[in-house]
Amino acid sequence: MSELAGSGSRHGDLAGSGSRHGDLVEVAIGIASMAGGGEQVEAFVARGVETEVRAYQGQVEHFSSAASAGVGVRVVKDGRQGFAYAGSLEDDVIAGVLAEARDNAAFATPDEHVALGVPDGVAAAAVEVWDESLGSWPTDAKVEMALEVERAARAADSRVRQVSSADYEDASVEAAIATSTGIAASSRRTVCHVSVSVIAGEGDDSHSGVGFSVGRGPHALDPDRAVADALERATRLIGGTKARSGQVTVVFDPRVTSTLLGVLASSLSGEAVTKGRSLFAGRVGEEVAAPEVTLVDDPTDSRAYGAARYDAEGLASRSNALIERGSLRGFVFDTISAHRAGTVSTASAVRGGYASTPVASCRALALAPGTLDAAGVLKSVGDGIYVQSITGVHSGVNPVSGDFSVGAEGLVIRGGELAEPVREVTVASTIQRMLMGIVAIGSDVEWLPGVAAGQTIAIEAMTLSGT
Amino acid sequence: MSKGVALGEPLVDHDVVERVIGAALRHGGDFAEVFAEDRKGTSAGFDDGRVEEVSTGRDRGAGVRVVVGETTGYAHTADLSESGLLAAAEAASTVARGRGGSRVVSLDSGSSPAKLSPGNRAPGKRAPGKRAPGGAGEELSGAAVAGALVDPSTVPKVRKVELLQIADEVARSAGGAVVQVSAGYADTTRRVLVASSEGAFAADTSVRTRFSVSVVASGDTGMQTGYETVARSVGFELFDAESVEEVASQAARRALAKLSARPAPSGELPVVLASGSGGILFHEACGHGLEADHILKDASVFAGRLGEQVASPLVTLVDDGTLGGEWGSFAVDDEGRPAARNVLIENGVLTSYMWDLLRARKDGRSSSGNGRRQSYRHLPMVRMTNTFLLGGEGDPDDIVASTARGVYVAKLGGGQVNTATGDFVFGTTEAYLIENGRITEALRDANLIGNGPEILERVDAVAGDFSMTPGTCGKDGQSVPVGCGQPTLRVSAVTIGGTAGE
Repeated sequence: MSELAGSGSRHGDLAGSGSRHGDLVEVAIGIASMAGGGEQVEAFVARGVETEVRAYQGQVEHFSSAASAGVGVRVVKDGRQGFAYAGSLEDDVIAGVLAEARDNAAFATPDEHVALGVPDGVAAAAVEVWDESLGSWPTDAKVEMALEVERAARAADSRVRQVSSADYEDASVEAAIATSTGIAASSRRTVCHVSVSVIAGEGDDSHSGVGFSVGRGPHALDPDRAVADALERATRLIGGTKARSGQVTVVFDPRVTSTLLGVLASSLSGEAVTKGRSLFAGRVGEEVAAPEVTLVDDPTDSRAYGAARYDAEGLASRSNALIERGSLRGFVFDTISAHRAGTVSTASAVRGGYASTPVASCRALALAPGTLDAAGVLKSVGDGIYVQSITGVHSGVNPVSGDFSVGAEGLVIRGGELAEPVREVTVASTIQRMLMGIVAIGSDVEWLPGVAAGQTIAIEAMTLSGT
Repeated sequence: MSKGVALGEPLVDHDVVERVIGAALRHGGDFAEVFAEDRKGTSAGFDDGRVEEVSTGRDRGAGVRVVVGETTGYAHTADLSESGLLAAAEAASTVARGRGGSRVVSLDSGSSPAKLSPGNRAPGKRAPGKRAPGGAGEELSGAAVAGALVDPSTVPKVRKVELLQIADEVARSAGGAVVQVSAGYADTTRRVLVASSEGAFAADTSVRTRFSVSVVASGDTGMQTGYETVARSVGFELFDAESVEEVASQAARRALAKLSARPAPSGELPVVLASGSGGILFHEACGHGLEADHILKDASVFAGRLGEQVASPLVTLVDDGTLGGEWGSFAVDDEGRPAARNVLIENGVLTSYMWDLLRARKDGRSSSGNGRRQSYRHLPMVRMTNTFLLGGEGDPDDIVASTARGVYVAKLGGGQVNTATGDFVFGTTEAYLIENGRITEALRDANLIGNGPEILERVDAVAGDFSMTPGTCGKDGQSVPVGCGQPTLRVSAVTIGGTAGE
């Protein structure tokens, strides 16, 4: 996830947004200006404030509040890159980080493609991912939201056995980037999150369900929906059994689809492609998916969790079409992977914070919506399996070979309607076959945490393993 | 780096810690703790035929925890000065506001459970005569690392980079089908100091070193991947005991073997797990379910089952943070408690859970040394250390020979569990079909799915061999290094999530 993936004011528009924000850009420019002859220097500085509250049995189980700051410096000289970071913005620490990055550059293999980003003239879109009201929202209200969610989940249904967690979390992150090649950008973002995990059951049979609501500020949150979602997901699995093995049409709920698109994102990274580590390498222009499939990465869409005015190298974010009507159009690139591929950056650099270097990645993937709502997708399928959650994505999905095998739980679909619950099964195929096998895409686009939106989709001819 | 702190100098002065704890309890509270951490490390990445990047980093800070009744307040800061720590104490103590009261705090370092000077940790040195966890006299995986710690920060970066180049050459020489190789080196030195209002005062320095190789091979059936890693709680002497050539050729061999692999079966079959294939089966099938936080919230299928037969009598499961040099080992946990050996399941009977300080206080017992955190930015919670199944009597070859049809897993990937239902998955990265008691064709990657309590009952053969594998365990957003180990064993029926019909 990109820490810079937040929007904010362009450098120079910062008046009134608080001196701390301005300081970050100055710090970054100060470091970049220390570049010596024949050397490029990039400074990424970030600062964040977070709150986390967990409620349990009517009390606050923990309350955590924290501020952190850090700097990451890249130095490129003679085609060699070096990197260093520290979790501090003190002057002497910064000097040490720059010296370390310079030293580290000497050990890299010279590579003509290695360079920092340069301004490309693309104007930044208006992306709004900062909610000013978060800063003035009282702590008591945050605590009360966690307590209320826990209380509501416990009281909602007699089959609820436990509310194993009820959390409120928020974060405000400010970041700035400057390079000796002319980049100077800053961004800021807020995010609020309320989530609840319930265990519901009858007799020996227990199931868990997680519900959440995410927004830029507290007023965007819908705690009632989080509770209702957790309850529905846990209670509808009660009595679930293994299903019979065989070939089935699988309908994935929006959250699962978002996870699947996240896996696809790693195969669409220009870095993976140029290094021959993607099942899409060398396939631009080919039919890689069903004709209904159009996939776009658009971090300028403020609704997206990963929306940001700039990428992690300080270039203005832009919309990139990756698959159009089933045909592979291209990939996302940062500066180095673009050079390697003989193209230009798509402003798709992300970094995991000040402690890591940028890599090319999707930030705001979404499938073009179809015409059917979720119920319509089920009807169109007739018989199959509805999967509400999957496990083992990191162990069972290989974005290089395309092999796909995950644990699943959900409900049987019979006659176009949801029927009895299913648990402890796997669904398997290959990513290549799944993309070609998409038979319905829902209109129910939902922006979820992570790099992709979710919506209901149906994929035919997957292998279900049960009994 | 600037601001280097000489080894041996305390991260925070004793007097300062005492004043910070006093401030943390000024508004009342039952317990307060300061956890200070200084972590530095070097990593180097090789990919696509080049040393791409050498990186160094430093993260330093402290977290202050205040407990009042059932409530914990936590705040952390990167500022280790007294004023920075007092500010964190003030923030953490807000949870105690309104309850009044104050108490005098005295830190009694004399009664510290483990006060270790950084040097005497000697990671990697195994106490003489210490019983190997295999139980059948077998050594742990990897030769014991003899000799003293080689502080990685004293090793020139060029030597670290050379290891990567060797790995690349070896992997590429494994066959023309090898089309891409990446290799990574990383070392971390972590100094911690933990002090609490209950008199704990412990300091520790731990060093970890890790080396991994990832290979892509390409053939008529598409691309396949192979991966291998060595990681131990030791310094650069890791490479005296482990050969990067071996790591590289294992990774290449795995990728190449899968080029001719057929899709894994779909459905229930017996599964034989090779010694050291990952051990993740038990980490997921029951390890997480035996963590006291899940138990106290009745969010585990193993809650309320102490003393019951929960597994086949062949199963004796241990969590042991004291194993010298293993990836999940440490001298003291992140709450200042010495690492310990805890028998969780003995001959199939559930004997104990794993505890951190808070969960143990609630239950009126002491911590089992399982309180860990990713960094000073995180609250500690119950975590595993090195979790392993003890070896039995059987011969690994006999176990395969007595399996008419099944799957032989030579290497596992990761896994995931829902502790509330016990359902868990784990993935294969090297697996073969067993036909008529013989290992035959290679299989493509797949996840296997099972239910913890059911799978534990189905362990029907355990061999006398044993080995450990390093891994990273994620829980509630925090990652910590863990070890997993097991002898060759068989589970009579597991659902295999492949695509080939049976």
